[in-house]
Amino acid sequence: MTFNPGGLPVKYFSPSTIEEAVELLSSGPNRRVFAGATDVVPQMRSGRPAPDGLIDLKGIERLISVTDTGSMWVIGAAAPTVRLTSNPAFVASFPGLAEASGLIGSDQVQSRSSLGGNLCNSSPAADSVPALFANRARAVIASGAGTRTIAVQDVPTGPGRTSLAPGEFIIEFEIDRPTTNSGDAYFRLTPRTEMDIAVVGAGARVDLDGAGTISSATLALGAVAPTVVRVPDAEAALLGAALTNGAPSDDVLAAVAAAASAACNPIDDKRGTIKYRRHVAGVLARRSILAAIARASAA
Amino acid sequence: MSTKTHVTCIINGDETDFLTEDGESLLNALRDEVGLTGAKEGCGTGDCGACSIIMNGDLTASCLVFAPEAQCSTIVTVEGLADGDHLHPLQQCFLEGAALQCGVCTPGFLVASKVLLDRNPNPDDTEIRYALAGNLCRCTGYDKIVRAVKEAAVQLRENGKVQA
Ligand SMILES: Cc1cc2nc3c(=O)[nH]c(=O)nc-3n(C[C@H](O)[C@H](O)[C@H](O)COP(=O)(O)OP(=O)(O)OC[C@H]3O[C@@H](n4cnc5c(N)ncnc54)[C@H](O)[C@@H]3O)c2cc1C
Ligand code: FES
Ligand code: FES
Repeated sequence: MTFNPGGLPVKYFSPSTIEEAVELLSSGPNRRVFAGATDVVPQMRSGRPAPDGLIDLKGIERLISVTDTGSMWVIGAAAPTVRLTSNPAFVASFPGLAEASGLIGSDQVQSRSSLGGNLCNSSPAADSVPALFANRARAVIASGAGTRTIAVQDVPTGPGRTSLAPGEFIIEFEIDRPTTNSGDAYFRLTPRTEMDIAVVGAGARVDLDGAGTISSATLALGAVAPTVVRVPDAEAALLGAALTNGAPSDDVLAAVAAAASAACNPIDDKRGTIKYRRHVAGVLARRSILAAIARASAA
Repeated sequence: MSTKTHVTCIINGDETDFLTEDGESLLNALRDEVGLTGAKEGCGTGDCGACSIIMNGDLTASCLVFAPEAQCSTIVTVEGLADGDHLHPLQQCFLEGAALQCGVCTPGFLVASKVLLDRNPNPDDTEIRYALAGNLCRCTGYDKIVRAVKEAAVQLRENGKVQA
């Protein structure tokens, strides 16, 4: 099938509870959950085999809620990203994650696209994922066996593949509210300013202690390896670094850029060569860390 | 899969119901079952915006929505913009400013522009271009479209008619 002007051959289910969704997911041979369908529909229209049943998660209140519990933000896995970008309190807490989420497609897509879908579609270039990694987000997962919580960075295992077992889906994401001055940031390079796929993406999160030294730093890169990757060597170089005029020393920044370039295992494609991607990864790593520091200093 | 689903929703202010297959797109259901052919299929994959509608207050690509998802929703299509025979200022300005040629993209641009002006009655060029980034036009070019939206914004501000 190349182009199907008519319907797609799937059954549609709209459960209103997690238990119902778990039950529906395991009661057919080839069933899948979906939220915005902004990956699912284009994939089926381009010829990917359709599952026999699609389970719409948006009818379950908990999966579309976005709440600040005081100690953490809880983001429903199926909440449309426009609910994040239009929530001033959320944007103030995690401006980098909000910006990354807001880069997914157009306004027409933002009313549908979810963080659960962005993560579980498992594109190495998914924009919100480096920002989720950087903020050490957790995924709460449902299945017939109950729920379990894992680090978001343990979800993607390769392009289009995740560590979720059959019958599992993500209920929500948890991100701890920072206890010290902190900031996050996400930068991506695309040939066009809108509606394009990242050549490289970089998500950063920096926490400062009372003396203004870096007490923790997290850096994650998108589109440079089969999955989004953390850059532990850059994080180690930043840990304990003192700031002068709002920035770590040039040596530390050079180490961050070098570690980011070294962490890349990119492909050569029409969007960029391996050499170019490695170089850009270093540049964006540095910029995202500096932006996160600036936000942490202003917090 | 041949069993049809019955969907009830509000379209352009009227309670409407239609029958649809599960895997049908809302775009096709609007066009073929409801008879509202304003929204167009340019790509079917979320890239072009020709199928734009307002669903529960949000600008949405109706080609990415399964028709049964419309149950209990509130939808506005391009057909809901005019007030009887009286065109919406956006429609009038697109006409007078020659902001269309073949017209396939136009319903999507009008709906996306309405969402923008409802939210921001006085957008600058950059804001308009960002708000319309999800709409592609292969014939007119974008300058006339941006100018038409600006002109409509002026008229709407003067009439005090920017509605929620
Ligand atoms: C025009 C256009 C432009 C785009 N631009 C961008 C872009 O700039 N950047 C970007 O990152 N992406 C982009 N995308 C891709 C897509 O919009 C995002 O990946 C989006 O976040 C997917 O969310 P969704 O809810 O629509 O996913 P869906 O299509 O509903 O689901 C995607 C996959 O995730 C699975 N899934 C969904 N929810 C869950 C869950 N809770 N638990 C387990 N599995 C789940 C589904 O089974 C499916 O395999 C674009 C898409 C379009 C159509
Ligand atoms: S037809 Fe829906 S975006 Fe092109
Ligand atoms: S007028 Fe023809 S595509 Fe825009």
